[in-house]
Amino acid sequence: MSKDNQILEEFTSKDYEHGWSVDMEVDEAPLGLNEDIIRWISAKKEEPQWLLDWRLKAFKTWETMSEPEWANVTYPKIDLQSLRYYSAPKKSNKPKSLNEIDPELLQIYERLGISLNEQKKLQGIAVDAVLDSVSVGTTFKDTLSKLGIVFCSFSEAVKEHPELVKKYLGSVVPTTDNYYAALNSAVFSDGSFCYIPSGVRCPMELSTYFRINAANTGQFERTLIVAEEGSYVSYLEGCTAPQRDENQLHAAVVEIYAAKDAEVKYSTVQNWFPGDKNGKGGIYNFVTKRGICAGDNSKISWTQVETGSAVTWKYPSCILKGDNSIGEFYSVAVTNNYQQADTGTKMIHIGKNTKSRIVSKGISAGKSQNSYRGQVQVMKRATNARNFSQCDSLLMGDKCGAHTFPYIDIQNSTAKVEHEATTSKIGEDQIFYCNQRGISTEDAVALIVNGYAKEVLNQLPMEFAVEAQKLLALTLEGSVG
Amino acid sequence: MLSIKNLHASIEGTPILRGINLEVKPGEVHAIMGPNGSGKSTLASVLAGREEYEVTEGEVSFLGKDLLELAPEDRAREGVFLAFQYPVEIPGVSSTNFLRTAVNQVREYRGLDALDAVKFLTIMKEKMKLVEIDQKLLSRSLNEGFSGGEKKRNEIFQMAMLEPKLAILDETDSGLDIDALRVVSNGVNKLKSPDNATIVVTHYQRLLDYIVPDYVHVLYKGRIVKSGTKELALELEEKGYDWIKEEVDAAV
Amino acid sequence: MTTITKHKITDLFLQNKPLTQNFENLRKMGLETLEIKGLPALKEEEYKFTQISKRLDQQITNFKAAQPASLNKELIQKAIFEGFEGDIIVFNNGEFVPTLSTVSHQNYSFSLLSDSKSEILGSIAKVENDPFVALNNLSFKDGAFISVPKGKKVEKPIFLLHFNQANQGQVINQRVLIDVAESAEVTFLENTISLDEEVYFSNSVVEVRVAQNSHAHYYRLQNENRKAIVVNNFVTDIHRDATFTSVATQLQGGMLRNNLTMNLLDSGCEGNMYGLYLLNGKTHVDNHTNVDHTKPHADSNELYKGILADSSRGVFNGKIFVRQDAQKTNAFQQNNNILLSEEAIINTKPQLEIWADDVKCSHGCTTGQLDEEALFYLQARGIGKEQARGLLLFAFAGEVMEHISYEPFQLYCTNLIQERLGSKF
Repeated sequence: MSKDNQILEEFTSKDYEHGWSVDMEVDEAPLGLNEDIIRWISAKKEEPQWLLDWRLKAFKTWETMSEPEWANVTYPKIDLQSLRYYSAPKKSNKPKSLNEIDPELLQIYERLGISLNEQKKLQGIAVDAVLDSVSVGTTFKDTLSKLGIVFCSFSEAVKEHPELVKKYLGSVVPTTDNYYAALNSAVFSDGSFCYIPSGVRCPMELSTYFRINAANTGQFERTLIVAEEGSYVSYLEGCTAPQRDENQLHAAVVEIYAAKDAEVKYSTVQNWFPGDKNGKGGIYNFVTKRGICAGDNSKISWTQVETGSAVTWKYPSCILKGDNSIGEFYSVAVTNNYQQADTGTKMIHIGKNTKSRIVSKGISAGKSQNSYRGQVQVMKRATNARNFSQCDSLLMGDKCGAHTFPYIDIQNSTAKVEHEATTSKIGEDQIFYCNQRGISTEDAVALIVNGYAKEVLNQLPMEFAVEAQKLLALTLEGSVG
Repeated sequence: MLSIKNLHASIEGTPILRGINLEVKPGEVHAIMGPNGSGKSTLASVLAGREEYEVTEGEVSFLGKDLLELAPEDRAREGVFLAFQYPVEIPGVSSTNFLRTAVNQVREYRGLDALDAVKFLTIMKEKMKLVEIDQKLLSRSLNEGFSGGEKKRNEIFQMAMLEPKLAILDETDSGLDIDALRVVSNGVNKLKSPDNATIVVTHYQRLLDYIVPDYVHVLYKGRIVKSGTKELALELEEKGYDWIKEEVDAAV
Repeated sequence: MTTITKHKITDLFLQNKPLTQNFENLRKMGLETLEIKGLPALKEEEYKFTQISKRLDQQITNFKAAQPASLNKELIQKAIFEGFEGDIIVFNNGEFVPTLSTVSHQNYSFSLLSDSKSEILGSIAKVENDPFVALNNLSFKDGAFISVPKGKKVEKPIFLLHFNQANQGQVINQRVLIDVAESAEVTFLENTISLDEEVYFSNSVVEVRVAQNSHAHYYRLQNENRKAIVVNNFVTDIHRDATFTSVATQLQGGMLRNNLTMNLLDSGCEGNMYGLYLLNGKTHVDNHTNVDHTKPHADSNELYKGILADSSRGVFNGKIFVRQDAQKTNAFQQNNNILLSEEAIINTKPQLEIWADDVKCSHGCTTGQLDEEALFYLQARGIGKEQARGLLLFAFAGEVMEHISYEPFQLYCTNLIQERLGSKF
């Protein structure tokens, strides 16, 4: 083995930082999945009848569907009957304010670097913390509510703003959309809800922090963001999970609705447990994210930094329905060891003069497989649609793979679609060049990888960008030669 | 300053260097010439610590230290600079950012404080004049999309910033047009001092019209087969390498 | 109407008696190739969008070599653009005109091909590359040989100036060989002037050897009459550490086909191809480029841009080969087009074939209309629509022009472009 690969090997054996878990008393559903479980969850959350009906309908649809197999990933069939679909920390069932949150829970988040204490909190970010199946606390609620902004857990929204939830739930990702979306619709336990009224520019970043703690539990959260006419919001999502030998399932749904002139920026730093260096354990991350630019001149921008999960299946998409609306997708997906990622986006141009931009940067190391899958669709009515796609792949070592599957479907001749792709190898050469200028190998890797991903990292809010940069270096530490 | 004794090196089991001996003192300029495949670039790479090359015999001391024991970055920090024959591109990393990381890591090694942004930029501006390099170039990704001449100029600029004790220029002149060659040579000449030394590895005699060496060595089949002064280079220009090859091959 | 069969062509040119043994050999090779392959057939992939054989069949009524036209000093004076200083080599229907040329031999030498002892003629542009190379082999009478000796820099550009005029659609054969020795530098300019508006068929072959560590630039303008049928095979062998840059500006013609090939034969070499086609009327321009990376550490850059108006047609086919041995290759290719009318057509086809695994290659192509938003922005700042359009198109074209490093020629071409864009374009 060349020295090059030796360094790579060392690099890829770095441990997962958030692999710990905490023992605590939990309130959980029995194992398995059936109508009774769904009724159990719904009852537990004291939901109205319409929502239970909605869930049951989704479950009926789901039963007729089968697992998608087109993605470029392989994993053993998941036994959905052996999972638990609800797990919540017992004591913290319904904290009325942040002061009532169980100190044990607060500690979990402190340890992750997420403070739920508003005083200590970074200025300008409101956090909704979700542990396993429920939201444990939301910060800055009062500040936000003065502007008419609703930012709370999904369960709370169902109780306090049923009309909004009822109107928008499933409007972007219908229950029938796909296997995992249907499953999520049937069993989702909590998540975040966010409503920005007309003309309001949300003064701070809104953020949800997801943490899986319990074993044998799937996490099925649901996020719904509604931006009314002329409003603006930037939303962040982060996630981690303990290190466990078995695989855990995370099947979330995110829906974004942008009215006329509204803008939503959605950023994710996904760091679920990726499995150990032999490919054991890790999260199966099967997520459906979609936004609709329903009104004219609206804009939805997705930015994701994907470093975790054993298997990722995720395509944050935009339906560009309003005229002049804009969809953006910026992604860095890093896979290491035995991780597999099949990720990308769909841009569906329906309105006139709609624009989309796709920048995807894949980094594969170890024995991982990294695929970009993207679709640009220009419908008949969408005159003067524009798309620019750039997908770059960076390979580290010779045992990993990078794949690109761009689909372009144009039904209107005025469309202008550009696609650029590059594949390159991070090499001994680059490292040696840095070394020769006195830069250590570790720093050289960080420099090179961050340079490569810069265009995407620049899209993230500042605090997040710094975190993401560290995370990238950490995920690949020691990994290049 | 640099003392190479009986240096043997091979790549993937094939010997390339077969017993190099060379002494370089402060203030000297040595030119290493030779036909294609004689081992010129290998020598430069071995001195800088490129890992594909395995040193099988011999020793190299640099300012009293065993150079071969040091990691590439530590060699650089000790003051060995290699101007690459093919400078490497690093997308997304600006030359400025790259150099600042390098300069500060070298300073740290030498027990100096890191330069702050203002000081760094002041020094950078001063050194930029040496090689007539444009600031715009330095804010772009390192070497990415640079022309051949720009890449080589950037190498000399980095050399100016890192202030090495021993600079090894590996075919820095290759591919340059006359104007660019003049600029690059000027830069190298201005950086010359009684305290530092330069090894110029070149394929084309033309370079030596611009950088005047104290010694010229001819490398052939992994050995220095002839050493002399500038006149040797002129002789080579006139007669080519064949007479040397014949001499050597006859002696074997 | 005549039908050009391969036999007919060969018959026509076999009457010429070759000037040297070398020419005779080349002719033989050309003949053999043409007898097997003939001129491109209707469905031939390489000529799919440019039916040159059909066009020749229809329009070239007098298929034999054109006799020299009448030239005078005034014509040369008119062709010289502002700021130009340097030697001019004049060709009359492909034939060198010593009386009208200025050849200083300063740091280079010029001779007729028949007087040169160069053995590389025909070894760079090979008959198997293109049937029109074979046809040229068969039909050229003589040509030009320019060589730059080792270490010399030709300070001023050498201007190759062609005058074309052929009665009843005759054939003009041109052949040029350029040999740039080690560490030498030279810049060439080329322009072709049609003396009238009648059809002719010009078939030229230019071969260039760029020896190690040398630098050569070739800036070519094609602005011929609206009936001219032109095939040009331009082939360069680029050796170790050498750089070759071609900038082609194409403004007018009937049907122009340019095959530009750069063979990157060793490490450290660089090949640059830039092109601009600015077409209107029924002009048809086809650029087939071919970059062949054979050894590690070589770079190629390619940027071709097109603006197409009326019922003009552009074809771009860019091949890049990266052979197995050519690790650490950097190859970039970009083709951008703006269509200004519903009738204009562009066929663009990038073609990358990569066998090495540690390389950086990228290609991109775009076809679109003028950016309406940018147009509106300019109008909103008080600039008239026509002017705004011109401004944007000019900016689009400018990216290619800036690669012409000889300023007077850059200015000359730029002015031609501006004139065109400023008028009814």
